[in-house]
Amino acid sequence: MERVPVLKIGDILLVSIQIDMEDQVALQLQEDLAERIVATGVHGVIIDISALDIVDSFVGRTLATIASVSRVLDAETVVVGMRPAVAITLVELGLSLPGIRTALNVELGIAMLGSREDDGEPEDDEPDPVVVTES
Amino acid sequence: MNDESQRLPVVTDQDVVRVRQLVRTVAVAVKLSLVDQTKLVTAASELARNTLVYGGGGEVEVTRVHNERRGGIRIVFADRGPGIADLDLALTDGYTTGGGLGLGLSGARRLVDEFDIDTEPGKGTTITIVKWCR
Repeated sequence: MERVPVLKIGDILLVSIQIDMEDQVALQLQEDLAERIVATGVHGVIIDISALDIVDSFVGRTLATIASVSRVLDAETVVVGMRPAVAITLVELGLSLPGIRTALNVELGIAMLGSREDDGEPEDDEPDPVVVTES
Repeated sequence: MNDESQRLPVVTDQDVVRVRQLVRTVAVAVKLSLVDQTKLVTAASELARNTLVYGGGGEVEVTRVHNERRGGIRIVFADRGPGIADLDLALTDGYTTGGGLGLGLSGARRLVDEFDIDTEPGKGTTITIVKWCR
């Protein structure tokens, strides 16, 4: 059975799913991630699904479970890189992935995790480039 | 007229992956749009998994179809499993007997143009879906 590699980069575990996963591979990833979070003590997980051309209810549920398990283990999960057609299909399928944070790419996902410092709420600490002045 | 069908057994997890790949190949060949390809492959994945998990395995048949106006794909998922006792309930969002999300059947139906179920308790279930090019 194939296995999805989990990479540790600083305080983040990065997973890039590059294969069409059979269900057992997805379940294995869920277990591997939980173990690696505990072993490494990281506080963030990024799952890159930009190579996936579909996300069905099984994979969707697996992502949701990974996010929940990570949270219990004091790590925040961000799913990044979802293709537009996948997003449209997921919503029509009835899966809105509640409880999963998403970002458009790995870079934005890392930024999202970086802003987590105090609590789970993302904070925008950069000054707003657009200043609206009242006339 | 319809072209020759391609058949795949659905007995393992790996077979579900093969079904997805075959459906995608045919969807590209009939020139479905990217979103429609994605919807069809997703629906096929849900239904092939149902064939495996609930039907105890079975067979999938993928056929290019044509009518006067356009082309499309017909996919038949057949098993000889326990059948579906209460079809209305099985088609309800969120209803599951398998510990899943209960979106497989109801969700797959929303993703395709035609959806037909033939089921009989004790005899098995056959689901036929069609997606047409726009």
